[in-house]
Amino acid sequence: MGALVSLVAVAVLALLAVTAVASDNLRLVFGAVIPGVAFAVFLVGVVARVTRWARAPVPFRIPTTAGQQKSLPWIKNSELDNPSGTLGVVGRMFLEVLFFRSLFRNTKVELITDKEKVNYIGTKYLWAAAMAFHWSMLIVVFRHFRFFVEPVPRVVEIIQSLDGFFQVGVPVIYATSVLLIVSLGYLLLRRLADAKVKYISLPTDYFALYLLLGIAISGFLMRHLEKVDIVNVKAAIAGWASFQLVAPEGVGALYFIHVFLVSVLFVYFPFSKLLHAPGVFLSPTRNLANNNRAKRHVNPWNPPIVGHTYAEWEEEFHDKLVASGFVLDKE
Amino acid sequence: MSEKSPQELIQIDLNPPRKKWMDPSVDFESRRGTWSYPGGVKSIEYMGFANPREWSPTDEDWKLPENWQQIIHDGFKERLGKYRSLRVFMETCVRCGACADKCHFFIGSGDPKNMPVLRSELLRSIYRNDFTLAGKILGAFAGGRKLTLDVLKEWFYYFFQCTECRRCSVYCPYGIDTAEVTMMARELMMLVGVNINWICEPVANCHRTGNHLGIQPHTFKDNIEFLCEELEDDLGITVNPVINKKGAEVLFIIPSADYFADPGTYTFIGYLMLFQQIGLDYTMSAYASEGGNFGLFTSHDTIKKLNYKIYHEAKRLGVKWIIGGECGHMWRVMHQYMDTMNGPTDFLEVPRSPITGTVFENARSTKMVHICEFTADLIRNKKIKLDPSRNDKYRVTFHDSCNPSRALGLFEEPRYILKNVCNNFFEMPENTIREHTFCCAGGAGLGNDENMEMRLRGGLPRGNALKHVRDAHDVNLMSCICAIDRATLPPLAEYWAPGVEISGVHELVANALVMDGETERTKNLRGESLKAETEETTDV
Ligand code: HEM
Ligand code: SF4
Ligand code: SF4
Repeated sequence: MGALVSLVAVAVLALLAVTAVASDNLRLVFGAVIPGVAFAVFLVGVVARVTRWARAPVPFRIPTTAGQQKSLPWIKNSELDNPSGTLGVVGRMFLEVLFFRSLFRNTKVELITDKEKVNYIGTKYLWAAAMAFHWSMLIVVFRHFRFFVEPVPRVVEIIQSLDGFFQVGVPVIYATSVLLIVSLGYLLLRRLADAKVKYISLPTDYFALYLLLGIAISGFLMRHLEKVDIVNVKAAIAGWASFQLVAPEGVGALYFIHVFLVSVLFVYFPFSKLLHAPGVFLSPTRNLANNNRAKRHVNPWNPPIVGHTYAEWEEEFHDKLVASGFVLDKE
Repeated sequence: MSEKSPQELIQIDLNPPRKKWMDPSVDFESRRGTWSYPGGVKSIEYMGFANPREWSPTDEDWKLPENWQQIIHDGFKERLGKYRSLRVFMETCVRCGACADKCHFFIGSGDPKNMPVLRSELLRSIYRNDFTLAGKILGAFAGGRKLTLDVLKEWFYYFFQCTECRRCSVYCPYGIDTAEVTMMARELMMLVGVNINWICEPVANCHRTGNHLGIQPHTFKDNIEFLCEELEDDLGITVNPVINKKGAEVLFIIPSADYFADPGTYTFIGYLMLFQQIGLDYTMSAYASEGGNFGLFTSHDTIKKLNYKIYHEAKRLGVKWIIGGECGHMWRVMHQYMDTMNGPTDFLEVPRSPITGTVFENARSTKMVHICEFTADLIRNKKIKLDPSRNDKYRVTFHDSCNPSRALGLFEEPRYILKNVCNNFFEMPENTIREHTFCCAGGAGLGNDENMEMRLRGGLPRGNALKHVRDAHDVNLMSCICAIDRATLPPLAEYWAPGVEISGVHELVANALVMDGETERTKNLRGESLKAETEETTDV
């Protein structure tokens, strides 16, 4: 049900963008005004969110330790799973952010009830799909720089030629475009087919996937079916940069769908689970060293709480203490 | 014990039901055996906690303060401002489901709300409704729910069905720690007087007497002396327990269960025999007579309150540093909270073993060393003589307790000790030990009798792994470094893997420990013959 509602929502958004082709004013609105505003919302929104997190104090140092601690010198500690200092934390975060190390540990429980056996089987599908999706998305976004920057930076060109290595189709089909769509497709199917994941999914979980799929597919089709005129697009983008709004010429419905869905993504990002991207950097169970006993962690709001003091305790149990021969502080 | 047999209990369907999870209703009456009784009036009044009253989860009316929703809303808001963890965990979950089948309570019950992600969503849905724009506008579509009485009842059921073991956090790509979410939810419930007696009573006892069991100082002393006399009678070994001695070098902090009940008492005697043999200048304290801290399962303020006595007593007695016994959640508090809450400790010295000269750099600031670190160092430096064959009747495995595993990373020290004090050591399957370890399902205040069915269910993953090594390697003893484990694992083992006993690590150390001037030992600390009895009985 939630999956359907989200699909309809994304479809309606796409159709809305198609209407833009009809009039010059709407072309300006959908081609220039909305994307500009959306990008501003994205920037301000994300910065606001991250500052709010960053400003929230970290009263306790609570890393989740997933390996041997550093204690006695002859016991080998696992610095990446249980960092003892900043270097280890940087390493842990590096692996976490770029290679989804925790997800790599994933297992699947198997219950064989008639044999009274519980098994835990390593499973890497989610990890592989997540890696494929995020990395291809990163490269796709990176490739977009050829529209924004003039002259096109050398790195972008190199990545682009590597990406088009297989030389299939005219224009060349990039490997990451295909991978992006396939991996998103897998994540969507998984959400619908795996009973547990389906059960925990909110409508918005589907919305994010449909939106990204809509963006990826419309972009792909635009490149290979509509074959938009890049020069015009670049002109329109250059217009944003100089705050002169220009409606792009010579582009069709797919372009408007693509750009509008990206705009929706921008606006949606700071208000949704997509915040996991900045969030992963700020997670106190991952980005702190497990050196609690070696180095004191300060809680900025440490409340002035005092427990039951020894003097109070001695007074309360005075007679019993005396009877069983304790030496008292106060006679 | 549960009325269901293990064969019946394991008929679990891990597939979720048709009913959507957003429906909060819980039928407490039909689920007896899976929840804990509410906090008693006396304890709550003594601690000054909110809303003391007689009530039962099965009641329609939970006798809450009139403005309870506002109280929780305000408390939630306050905590969002005080804990980055809470904020980040409320906003970053992508519902990828990686954590879903990692919780022992989910595996053992199949109840979808025991998937850590949904446990957190119980709170997150209220967060969205109360504090986010999307939740306010889109409601259920964006995953928001209003805080109704049924939701609060659901919180009670599921947040007291989480042992704060942190297993889910190991697998989450953002490290979302449902244990932390549970701690916050419990704090919020405390504000309106929704709690369980198995945390409130130990907390009140601990505040008053110094320990969870409410043992008063004279009884503390008597218990310990009694245990030592027993040792003398059984094995002819004399140890002189030291209590409240000013100017001792080391303050020794123990979980109270160790000097109260079997099999913890054997471990307790084990500590004392070791200290006696190496001539450590130590003292225990009848005031700081508990290292455990049920504040961890109550609220952060309560942790601090109960933990106060440790440094306070160290200062009063004028010791140089502190050793802590075998206890799981106690060590989470000592490691991750104590110094921050009740430090700094400029009146203590950086711990240095007087026997080996080793300086414990890892405890440079808190000045508190885990007894396994201390003993591993003794063995490594060959300062004690061990005869592992005295443990030959045991075929031993090791249960990694949740907190030493996932809040410290204390994996090798106890293993190193065990491999030196016994000849037969076997690991349980890889995905059930170390950071992947499974909970005893009775921690965080859930180890009470009325919750027994849920404990046994949650105990399935551990029990099943234990059964595996029992069948594959004839394992008959599971060692552990946690006092709660020593209380909760015996019924678990009896149910899922009968024939396996539970011990602490230092019980086995003491069995193997060759003491000065000792007569030949024929019995172990349990008073049993050192040889396996089966040999004598087989050909009868
Ligand atoms: C530092 C950057 C990022 C990191 C470390 C990261 C990490 C992850 C991980 C580990 C998952 C869980 C696996 C999965 O469900 O696929 C995930 C899911 C997801 N991420 Fe990211 N991500 C990042 C940036 C982004 C960005 C920028 C977007 C979108 C604009 C995004 C969109 C998604 C979506 C939609 C999902 C859910 C997939 C599903 O429904 O199964 N991520 N991310
Ligand atoms: S593993 Fe983490 S992100 Fe994934 S569902 Fe669980 S809590 Fe959410
Ligand atoms: S902390 Fe442990 S008990 Fe709680 S949800 Fe996570 S795995 Fe389950």
